[in-house]
Amino acid sequence: MRLRGLMVGTVTAALALSLAACGGSSDSGSGNPSVDAKASFEAGTTMATLSQAGKIRVGTKFDQPLFGLKGLDGKPTGFDVEVAKLVAAKLGISADKIEWVESQSKFREEYIEQGKVDLVVATYTINDKRKERVSFAGPYYEAGQDLMVKKDSTVDGPEALKAAGAKVCSVTGSTPAEKIKEYVDQSNIVLFDVYSKCADALRTGQVQAVTTDNVILLGLVDASKGDFKLVGKPFTKEPYGIGIKKGDTKFCQFVNDTLKAAAADGAYEKAWKDTAGKVAPNTPKLPETATCS
Amino acid sequence: MNVIIDNFPLYVSGFLQTLRICAFAALGSLVLGTVIAGFRVSPVPPLRWVGTAWVTVFRNCPLTVVLFFCAFGLPEIGVNGAYFWFGVTGLILYTSAFVCEAVRSGINSVPAGQAEAARAVGLTFSQSLTSVVLPQALRTVVPPLGSVIIAMIKNSAIVGAFGVGGDLFAVGDTLTSSRGEAVLPVLIGVVLGYLVITIPGGLLLGLLERKVAIAR
Repeated sequence: MRLRGLMVGTVTAALALSLAACGGSSDSGSGNPSVDAKASFEAGTTMATLSQAGKIRVGTKFDQPLFGLKGLDGKPTGFDVEVAKLVAAKLGISADKIEWVESQSKFREEYIEQGKVDLVVATYTINDKRKERVSFAGPYYEAGQDLMVKKDSTVDGPEALKAAGAKVCSVTGSTPAEKIKEYVDQSNIVLFDVYSKCADALRTGQVQAVTTDNVILLGLVDASKGDFKLVGKPFTKEPYGIGIKKGDTKFCQFVNDTLKAAAADGAYEKAWKDTAGKVAPNTPKLPETATCS
Repeated sequence: MNVIIDNFPLYVSGFLQTLRICAFAALGSLVLGTVIAGFRVSPVPPLRWVGTAWVTVFRNCPLTVVLFFCAFGLPEIGVNGAYFWFGVTGLILYTSAFVCEAVRSGINSVPAGQAEAARAVGLTFSQSLTSVVLPQALRTVVPPLGSVIIAMIKNSAIVGAFGVGGDLFAVGDTLTSSRGEAVLPVLIGVVLGYLVITIPGGLLLGLLERKVAIAR
């Protein structure tokens, strides 16, 4: 019975996903960054306020494998989460005192402006439009838009898509969905609300490629058990920054210094290896941090 | 509110896409719903069973689930097509159950004597249904059918998330997440877009209701 096959497939996929989530959380629980107990800051700064309160609210994604994915234990795991822990540790706040707030892409600026979170580490690309409303520390990582295709596909870049008349899937309202319009006709762009639906459409042959930041695709490639592959030729630069309240230069400077120190003492590399590094073994170098303004 | 003026062409394209989805879905669900209502009152038991099963399934399934089956179940069994039509199909299937029940209530409101008289003068079941019972029934169900269709227009916001894209609600998503606009003004624009469809729609229905009203 075909319907039954479909249902078994769905259940298996769901199980595989939840198992993957389990694996992630149990491994990365092994070592949180050491907390700086003697942290003290100039009175009146954001750092002093947070440090005295002894807790911090961090906005991150809850559905982004390798970067911020909430597991069955209710705690998110991933590279973004580890970066946030590094910053918190420098403020003298241990990982269990961090309050995680799910920050979907469309609400990130609102959360920062309304003070619902103290900082946002959520695969948050720095761009000028967003800088009008929030300030960015970092970047702490540079991603790039790439394509994910079936393992036997011959597509080798965005230019090949138009020639082949291929359909491309992405997420409504995302930057990659806007960018891909330069390469393919509007009618060949399929948009869903989450990337997991794109992966399903790719599997059933409804679309021939999925496009977004390479690191997000990596998580999907990993979950596909070899059915999908990454084209591996990023055609944009997506610097991921840490969103903070607009104009908080001192806090921005502090986060930048923390990132640099983490890159120097190996904590940055450890954070990568514990999370995204399991799929992409080459540890990235910390990009040159931008000046705070 | 500048965001609405600055992105007006985008809003218009979203509005037109929503209008396209709704036009096809309204037409489809009204026709299909009426046919299913015919099934439910038919003298042939298997047809009645089909009608009852149809309403039970589609009225009780959440719309998102119906859309999931259309967008991801159909390709799984080898039906490949445009997501636009998968989305419209899902909306038609779901809405037709409600249309069917509204039409059936109209049919039940037609006095039994009408159908009996039609049969007595020698009309067949389908003849008496289409030329005697339904014309009277449809007049009484204009208000509930209007509500069903207005609900459908609002439900079309969900269809955008199933690969259709470009509808009013998706336009809101594009503006807030990739362009980083403030959520509230953007959503006010989206709401205005829906109101432009639903309020004149409601007025039109009121007009239609008065036009076709029958004195009993």
